[in-house]
Amino acid sequence: MLVAADIARAVAESIPRAATSLRPDVRAAIVQALAAEPSSRGREVLGQILENAAIAERDGVPLCQDTGTVWVWVELGADERPGDDLAALVDRAVRDAYAEHGLRMSVVRDALFDRTNTGDNTPAFLDVTLRPGSGATVHVMLKGGGSDNASALVMLDPSAGSEGVRRFVLETVSVRATGACPPLVIGVGVGGTFDTVGKLAKRALLRSVGSPAQSPDAAAFEAATLEAVNALGIGPAGLGGITTALAVHLETAPCHIAALPVAVNLGCSAMRTVTVEVG
Amino acid sequence: MSEPVRVTLPEEAARLRSLPAGTLVLLSGVVYTARDATHGRLEAELRRDGALPYGLAGQTLFYAGPTPPAAGRPAGAIGPTTAKRMDAWTPTLLAAGIVATIGKGERSEAVRDACVAHGAVYIAATGGVAALLATTVTSAEVVAYPELGTEALVKLALEDFPGWVAIDAAGNDLYADARSEWARTEGSV
Repeated sequence: MLVAADIARAVAESIPRAATSLRPDVRAAIVQALAAEPSSRGREVLGQILENAAIAERDGVPLCQDTGTVWVWVELGADERPGDDLAALVDRAVRDAYAEHGLRMSVVRDALFDRTNTGDNTPAFLDVTLRPGSGATVHVMLKGGGSDNASALVMLDPSAGSEGVRRFVLETVSVRATGACPPLVIGVGVGGTFDTVGKLAKRALLRSVGSPAQSPDAAAFEAATLEAVNALGIGPAGLGGITTALAVHLETAPCHIAALPVAVNLGCSAMRTVTVEVG
Repeated sequence: MSEPVRVTLPEEAARLRSLPAGTLVLLSGVVYTARDATHGRLEAELRRDGALPYGLAGQTLFYAGPTPPAAGRPAGAIGPTTAKRMDAWTPTLLAAGIVATIGKGERSEAVRDACVAHGAVYIAATGGVAALLATTVTSAEVVAYPELGTEALVKLALEDFPGWVAIDAAGNDLYADARSEWARTEGSV
């Protein structure tokens, strides 16, 4: 049986790993994009991204100065009784990891009335869901402000359909991409409710780049949308080229008969996530 | 890719002003970090005193909040934040004597107009490559607002920091030009 401290330890160990190493799937996609990119500025930027990853790995320094807010998603086996105050333990893990590894403190006390830096990068943003069985899967994402700011949510009419969803993705990328550090991974959530569709989009970023959705309909949507995004010409760092995104990841869910909720969560070229199994 | 142009700040600001949008530059010399909270403070001091504080007239602002020192360098990681968040303050600061800004992403028409009016330049640097950019920082010294943490006003010395002229002193915009050059669809979405 696992205890809450095991989950907190997994978070503490994941943070420096996520901050300093480029995801292998993202690196592979960048290498592939570099070979295909005809824009000289675009190639220069893609080269910088690979060189940056090598320096970060070698020197144990962050890939990006924005070491993010910490988003933790625990998929907890329903047989487990972790006990203790999980949120408090996760916050302590974040506080210790950010101080120990020289990461940036990027959280303010209150969005509107007190924008004083909390000084320790807490609170973390914790989400716990139950699944059958034992053990837990712990996902940790250090989410940069630039790419999260460039995300968007809309409640469409069902008549908008796939084309309406695609148009919203393209509008979002078109207006906001240059601040989100392209090439992007585009997480798209469709369905659920107003509050859950954003989670779908964020969780879509966890899937390995280069692995299409399981459903043929979703995989076809992803491929067609990726092609349309890359036709925008925004390119690496927004300086022109054919590599605006490395992948589009779509997650869909049931919803109300009247609804078509859509969320787009952009992942940057230094997208930092780690997933570990506990127990 | 044509050869990059080396520019030392603040001495060669006039040279920077003469370069067209799209030019790859390697910046050396002095720049000052300033993010959102820093801009609020600078504007308040400017309003109070009628002049830029801390000898910032003639200098360059780098929209960045670094991580602490690491690997023997003054910052473990440092890179540009999204420039458009600073757009509300930029025309006022350019009018008061800031000669260049460094950030990432597109900017407002008001900032483009202010670049033309004051002969100022906006440099785009690559986001998400902060370990690489940190190797070009040779020193860092907190000048003001240490209580803001990563948002303090910090004087940096750079050596061959890479960027592109993104808005030149004639108002040409690299982001817009690059996009129309590479777009494969007609019109907007």
